[in-house]
Amino acid sequence: MDAIILQILNGLDKGGAYALIALGLTLVFGTLGVVNFAHGALFMLGAFCAVTFNKLLTLEKVTVDPTQMTAWGSPMEVKTPVVEAWLGEFGKVLVNYSVPVSIIVAIPVMLILGIIMERGLIRHFYKRPHADQILVTFGLAIVIQEIIKHFYGANPIPQAAPAAFAGTAQVGMLLGLGDAIPYPWWRLIYLFFSLAIIGLVFAFLQFTTYGMVVRAGMRDRETVGLLGIDIERRFTVVFGIAAVVAGMAGVMYTPILPPDYHMGMDFLVLSFVVVVVGGMGSLGGAVAAGFLLGILQSFASMNEIKSIIPGIDQIIIYLVAVVILLTMPRGLMGRKGVMED
Amino acid sequence: MFGNLSRNDWVLFLGFSAVVLLAPILFQPIGAAYPAILQKFCIFGLFAIGFNILFGLTGYLSFGHAAFLGVGSYAAVWSFKLFTMNVIPAMIMSVAFAGIFAFVIGFVSLRRSGIYFSILTLAFAQMSYNMAYSVLTPLTNGETGLQLSLKDPRIIDAMFITPGAGLPRSNIFGIEVSGGGMPGFYFTAVMLIIGFYLSMRIFRSPFGLMLKAIKSNQNRMRYTGFNTRPYLMAAFVISGLYAGLAGSLMASVDPLAGAERMQWTASGEVVLMTILGGVGTLVGPVIGAAVIKYFENIFSAFNENALNNIFSFIPDAVREPIVKLLSLFVGEGWSLTLGLVFMAIVIFLPGGIMEGVRLLTSLFKKGGNGNKPAVSGHTQPAE
Amino acid sequence: MSKIIINRRGLLKAGAVGGLALSTPMHFIRGAYAADQSCNMPTGANVVFGFNVPQSGPYADEGADELRAYQLAVKHLNGEGDGGALKTFSSKALKGNGVLGKKVTFVTGDTQTKSDAARDAAKRMIEKEKAIMITGGSSSGVAVAVQSLCQDMGIIYMCALTHSNDTTGKDRKRYGFRHFFNAYMSGVALGPVLAEAYGKDRKAYHLTADYTWGWTQEESMKKSTEAQGWTTVNAVRTPLGAGDFSQYLTPVLNSGADVLILNHYGKDMVNSLTQAVQFGMRQKQVNGKNFEIVVPLFSELMAQGAGDAIKGIYGTANWDWKLDNAGTKAFVQSFGKEFGAPPSQAAQTAYAQAILYADACERAGTFFAPAVIKALEGFEFDGLGNGKTVYRAEDHQCFKDVLVVQGKEKPKDKYDLLEVKKIVPAKDVTYDSKPWGGDLGPYDAKTCG
Repeated sequence: MDAIILQILNGLDKGGAYALIALGLTLVFGTLGVVNFAHGALFMLGAFCAVTFNKLLTLEKVTVDPTQMTAWGSPMEVKTPVVEAWLGEFGKVLVNYSVPVSIIVAIPVMLILGIIMERGLIRHFYKRPHADQILVTFGLAIVIQEIIKHFYGANPIPQAAPAAFAGTAQVGMLLGLGDAIPYPWWRLIYLFFSLAIIGLVFAFLQFTTYGMVVRAGMRDRETVGLLGIDIERRFTVVFGIAAVVAGMAGVMYTPILPPDYHMGMDFLVLSFVVVVVGGMGSLGGAVAAGFLLGILQSFASMNEIKSIIPGIDQIIIYLVAVVILLTMPRGLMGRKGVMED
Repeated sequence: MFGNLSRNDWVLFLGFSAVVLLAPILFQPIGAAYPAILQKFCIFGLFAIGFNILFGLTGYLSFGHAAFLGVGSYAAVWSFKLFTMNVIPAMIMSVAFAGIFAFVIGFVSLRRSGIYFSILTLAFAQMSYNMAYSVLTPLTNGETGLQLSLKDPRIIDAMFITPGAGLPRSNIFGIEVSGGGMPGFYFTAVMLIIGFYLSMRIFRSPFGLMLKAIKSNQNRMRYTGFNTRPYLMAAFVISGLYAGLAGSLMASVDPLAGAERMQWTASGEVVLMTILGGVGTLVGPVIGAAVIKYFENIFSAFNENALNNIFSFIPDAVREPIVKLLSLFVGEGWSLTLGLVFMAIVIFLPGGIMEGVRLLTSLFKKGGNGNKPAVSGHTQPAE
Repeated sequence: MSKIIINRRGLLKAGAVGGLALSTPMHFIRGAYAADQSCNMPTGANVVFGFNVPQSGPYADEGADELRAYQLAVKHLNGEGDGGALKTFSSKALKGNGVLGKKVTFVTGDTQTKSDAARDAAKRMIEKEKAIMITGGSSSGVAVAVQSLCQDMGIIYMCALTHSNDTTGKDRKRYGFRHFFNAYMSGVALGPVLAEAYGKDRKAYHLTADYTWGWTQEESMKKSTEAQGWTTVNAVRTPLGAGDFSQYLTPVLNSGADVLILNHYGKDMVNSLTQAVQFGMRQKQVNGKNFEIVVPLFSELMAQGAGDAIKGIYGTANWDWKLDNAGTKAFVQSFGKEFGAPPSQAAQTAYAQAILYADACERAGTFFAPAVIKALEGFEFDGLGNGKTVYRAEDHQCFKDVLVVQGKEKPKDKYDLLEVKKIVPAKDVTYDSKPWGGDLGPYDAKTCG
């Protein structure tokens, strides 16, 4: 029983992460009709916002101590943290909370990057064939990746969650089920964070006039343009939002997965599968698909199931994708005619 | 079902064959005249040509074609292990297995179109890759890849030959194909030329026209009471056969088959090759394949040492910053350059490299027929 | 049906005229020069080494460190710099004037940590740039693939970082040599230390990367811990590059196990260890004992990637820059001076391999591959940092001391993450090569097609 609850919890946790990573992609995919292979790179850039912020906070002043020697006979360098020296206790707290705080940094950075990307590149590709979009965004993703690699190296850079959330929560206790269900605090936070962001994006599209216009533009761009509405500018904003969402997903994911320059590519295929299984042009579908795939993956990895069907955990995501796409022509909630030809 | 080729087509075909066969001389100045890379040009060119028959003609974007390449490789190596080092049975086995595989995957995937089709093919390929890497290790030898071994039965060879010491090399009736060397290249080159010729015939045939019609408006075709599915199936399987053949060639010139050949990045690579060269053009995919393989093998080889040697005629003070700057783009930075090339081509030449060729030729023809596509077979890139 | 006759290097079909015409000249050349010609023997004033390391992909940093070590080795071979470990090396054949009087130059390639890319790069270096030997790599898949290619081309391959038993086990090759230790040795070295630190009554749960290396690692860990009285609760296979391992970690929590053994390497290890610690496994109490995590193989770079999670974790290493012996000191001194940081174990094995190859040529008095191979087989040496070492002739595996290391609680800087807990002597990790299968194959010189 405990095992099942743990696995459900784990599935929800994974599902939240998948949904959040796929959310920005489905926004761009569904609203702008752009196949954005650079989406993973945006996720990775978000993670590196956190890395950079942490690096700045832990910047060290290097002094040479001639009394100590390294193994190769040069004087030892002594490093003293700068920010902690300036700000004292507050500096320590800041360093401790660098991951959540760096969201504040990541939002404007990702917004600006997103807008530059859209204005400078993506907008010229709205009317181009998907093949061209794939090539140009793939090229962009490689370029971004290589730039990050040049400055940060290829090795993962660990980012710690705030000390208060580093341990596990006794979820079982909260539910009155004993102490057999511990779950990491940070993963729970990530789950609630993704739910909150998903909710915000929904509310924005559903309940604001701005969102209404965007939705109308998705359906029929020309008519909206005829009404005298500048749909182009709205699309820029949508792309910016997608970048911010991807970036925030990246920031918050760093304590779970030490970021490296390649992490975006690793998540790219997964996020495409989530979006398409959810159905093109449907935000709700992507979220549902994220949770569905997360939970199924979690259960398929249980030893009891693996012993019946060996290797099922290796392929479950793709197997589910095949089954769903064959039984439901447009994924879970896809709209007719979007990206079908 | 094959239509006649026009005079232009024959010129193109002969020109193409000449360039391919003379590659060991023509590619000397750019440092790509050694057998291994020439073989890779041919093999990936063949792979991309096959992919283009599906993507270029019908517009169906498969993201799982590497699976057929992988299956072809495994089949070929198994043929080397079980039967004979002769490449002909290996090629037949590869093409047969890849064809069956393509038929099954195509039968299922072609029930959907657009992005849904792409993801279905991707899913099948990824499943194949994951299984080959782990659970199917007895069949694929997983991480280290399927290789020849001294204990292999090779029953046909064993009947006629007393095995020598060490592992045998693959051969075509006595001519060694693997182990490096030019015979291996000419073997792949001939296969590429045959593959190119067949693809040209397909492009010019009524069947090819039918595929193009499906691409431009499938619904209209359906409304006229036309069943498009068999045509799509045929295109899918043909491109799968090409991939299988490419896989068998890879195994022939280098008898090893690894699972990573089936990974999505490998499928993505052939998509990029085709788009880079020019979707729906005859020669484009081969050029795209050559460009990508060239970057991977030659650009990655320039280290700072090599750069210093090249610019040794410049005084040190000037050379150092130049070398520092250039080393960002070569050696370990080769993928950065490749990414920039992708972007530049698609921004400035919307039809891929062949678009550039077309622009150049129309310039030479004094712009008179600049509006007409000079390169035969040029169609609008697929959606 | 015509009858086929075979010569030693390939097929000759009497019936096929074309085949006959193409193969015959080679046959005669072989007969005439077989005594001293092998692939790419240098003719000019230089000899070319091929360094095949990952420059892109997850192991790029490891590859960069290997490349630094190779460049340093080339310097020392050519008599530049301070000579490094050449001064402490037991063989005095190398004189600092290159190899056999020829200046050493090098070419590089990017393996991308993929077998196909690695073989392409190796072929380029052999066919185009005429490299006399290939060395490098940072995974067993690549090592085994390149090794078999080199066997086929008649080029000696000096493996760098490869830890799978297969490299010198069932996939051993006459032309391949491994200085690095292997999964079996890790298990044998680690077992007793674990029993001493954590007690003999332990229940272990394995998470294993689902490919060849992971399986051999799991097997040898099981064997050596069970010999100490531990029981194995479960051994679960995880997909390569899973990223998030949480779905495999949750079943560990209530499985009754009190030790988690992570048979992962590289990024997988960094992720699974980080996540296991996040699941509270370091604070946990099971069966009245502290829950422990063990990672049989890790490197300095992986320790850096895992951050605080590595503290207190037991594992094994091939070498560590803080070792107290003359060879290590000389190498670290000259590496540190050159690059401002201590070398990783990947760098050390790379450096040693380049030196060992050059030394073998010098001792053989020729670049002729079969003679060099014979010079390496059974070669005993000391002074390269690992203590007394022997290159066993039967399987081309080096036998030397294995280090048991532990993540440091209070590291001074990012290079000071590991603490050497025990040096397990070479004789304890030596095994019989026969049961492992495999066949080295012939010496058989090739002449590059």
